[in-house]
Amino acid sequence: MAKKIALLQGNEACAYGALYAGCRFFAGYPITPSTEVAEVMARELPKLGGKFIQMEDEIGAMAAVIGASLTGMKTLTATSGPGFSLKQENIGYACITEVPCVIINVMRGGPSTGMPTGPSQSDVMQAKWGTHGDHPAICLVPASVQELFTETVRAFNLSEKYRTPVTVMPDEIVGHMRERIEFPEPGDLPVVNRAVPSVGPEEYLPYDTRFGDIPPLAAFGSGYRFHLTGLNKTADGFPTNKAEVVQREGERQLRKIEDNIDDIVLYEEYLLDDAEIAIVAFGSTARSARYAVNEARKAGIKAGLFRIITYWPFPDKQLAPLAARVKAIIVPEMNLGMTIHEVKRCAAGNSKVTGIFRVDGEPINPGQILDEIREAGK
Amino acid sequence: MAFDYEKYIRPGKLPHIWCPGCGHGIVMKGLIRAIDTLGLEKNSTAIVSGIGCASRLPGYLDFCTLHTTHGRGMAFATGIKFARPELQVICVGGDGDGVAIGGNHFIHACRRNIDMTYLIMNNNIYGMTGGQFSPTTPMGARASTTPYGNPDPPFDIAKLAIGAGATFVARGTAYHASQIDKLLVEAIRHKGFSVVEILDSCPTTYGRRNKFRSAVEMMNNLKESTVSIKAAENMSPEQLQGKVITGLLYKENKPEYIAEYQKIIDDAQEIYR
Amino acid sequence: MEKQFPKIEINERYCKGCHICVEFCPTRVLAMKGFTASVINLEACIGCMQCELRCPDFAVKVTT
Repeated sequence: MAKKIALLQGNEACAYGALYAGCRFFAGYPITPSTEVAEVMARELPKLGGKFIQMEDEIGAMAAVIGASLTGMKTLTATSGPGFSLKQENIGYACITEVPCVIINVMRGGPSTGMPTGPSQSDVMQAKWGTHGDHPAICLVPASVQELFTETVRAFNLSEKYRTPVTVMPDEIVGHMRERIEFPEPGDLPVVNRAVPSVGPEEYLPYDTRFGDIPPLAAFGSGYRFHLTGLNKTADGFPTNKAEVVQREGERQLRKIEDNIDDIVLYEEYLLDDAEIAIVAFGSTARSARYAVNEARKAGIKAGLFRIITYWPFPDKQLAPLAARVKAIIVPEMNLGMTIHEVKRCAAGNSKVTGIFRVDGEPINPGQILDEIREAGK
Repeated sequence: MAFDYEKYIRPGKLPHIWCPGCGHGIVMKGLIRAIDTLGLEKNSTAIVSGIGCASRLPGYLDFCTLHTTHGRGMAFATGIKFARPELQVICVGGDGDGVAIGGNHFIHACRRNIDMTYLIMNNNIYGMTGGQFSPTTPMGARASTTPYGNPDPPFDIAKLAIGAGATFVARGTAYHASQIDKLLVEAIRHKGFSVVEILDSCPTTYGRRNKFRSAVEMMNNLKESTVSIKAAENMSPEQLQGKVITGLLYKENKPEYIAEYQKIIDDAQEIYR
Repeated sequence: MEKQFPKIEINERYCKGCHICVEFCPTRVLAMKGFTASVINLEACIGCMQCELRCPDFAVKVTT
């Protein structure tokens, strides 16, 4: 049977990806340019017996999503810019309590109200450092409508597997563009479900590391009862100030991501094998970069593209050797220099790293990148 | 016969963290008696809180319990209840948690009318941080951040709840201990969003700054400053001056949110089957 | 038949010495003994439970 094909908007694809992954609960608050995610969920969830709720604010939406996830549901919220800032408090809560959930943040201009309808890529640092304290972070940055679908599915999988919130961050251009999408059939993409405790309620502890760095999370209402808190906690979920426990738990929460980087980090390499100049880009900027690379190749310049798909954890392992073999790296991004610092860290002085930064609400066009490639090739 | 409170308390969690004479323990006992009267199942009852002294309550109780972020308990509770309506959900917290930082969640929970109960322990102060004035601290009262007296007028939590659309609103006090469970039983039984405000006392951070010499004096003040709704019926406005009315203050039946949403699900599934 | 008095137990580990049970007992059954409350006059107990109900610390247990 032929695959179902549609012309779909990025944000809509995101919602359909969530439904494909088994998400049956959405809580949100209207905000441009992410609102279409909520609108599709409001329409589609009841058909599947799922629940949609528009909360009183962004903070409440994040809280409701965590609460619902605790009952065993796969849950989603969607936001942008200021809303992402507001959600940080409870994203931290989901990190420390280790409750899975997915957050869509469609990146718009900032800071503050900034440019609600203008694209940006300036929330990438907030996705890692936005909430206070050390915590794990997984952040995915898709570049097409199709990929928004598949990466949202992957976000749910990673969230359930690693028991942590996962952020999917298309820039406004990707969120609002309309493209052809081929809907995966059930079974085409893997769908990961939450591990359930292997011990009975009497023995169950929410952070029982006898079961490894990612202990299973029982659901409220499933016969297990336990306590969760945002305070630093021991294996039983109750607060502690004990230095060695707090240190050990903090390290475990980071380790569950760091030890699984190869499973989490996804990227695309384009014409990099013989490249002398590499572009490192993501989201809509990577689309311009790809065009620029093709143009450069036509002009005889050996350029290639490294496209970031998993932004956090950052693809250090791939970028360090790349920097060692190319002459120059160009980092175009819709902010005033964020990814470039990560790339420079990976390059460790082994190649020249320059940036193209725009925050004027206009996309970085291929010509701009091509000019920089030509400059670097001199 | 004796009432066995410890049947509902997690082993080894007592004595609790609350200060000598703090009314929160009295309220927690009332909640336990209400749960006992109603026969609520431990595995199908979720008790949620925000941050603050009162919000430490769920940790003691042997149920599905969640200690969340400051002011957000009600929003977490909304997610739990909406996702799994078969759970009995009770949210607890203090005055600062509930009507200052959590004020928005509170009024919208009242408006939305989800079948949950919110127990607010109102001791007129931020106790855990050391006694700063809260949105229910009376004007003129001393707190660590109102060293010259409080210039900020207080909320009447029950009126706020009624105004915001709560369908069950009751008020009691820690002094009237035997009434607490009765109000809570009625509140939990009510189909819709119920608010129970218990006037409470904080001898440590409020009493000492406001000329209350002891916890007992604060308890007596709760008795003297309140009057039951029944007694109030026969009192003149002059007699009621400065008195706070207790008892069941408001009750009405309105469509419950989750039941209404279920109709949407049923219709959608019927149409798109 | 001999009159049966309620049994009042004070858990000294839980009692924080707030005086509430002592002050609100209508028949002066309890008194402070050092830091904690103590039963001094059980014969006067009328089983009204006010001490137990108002004890914030789960320290007073009355068996009737």
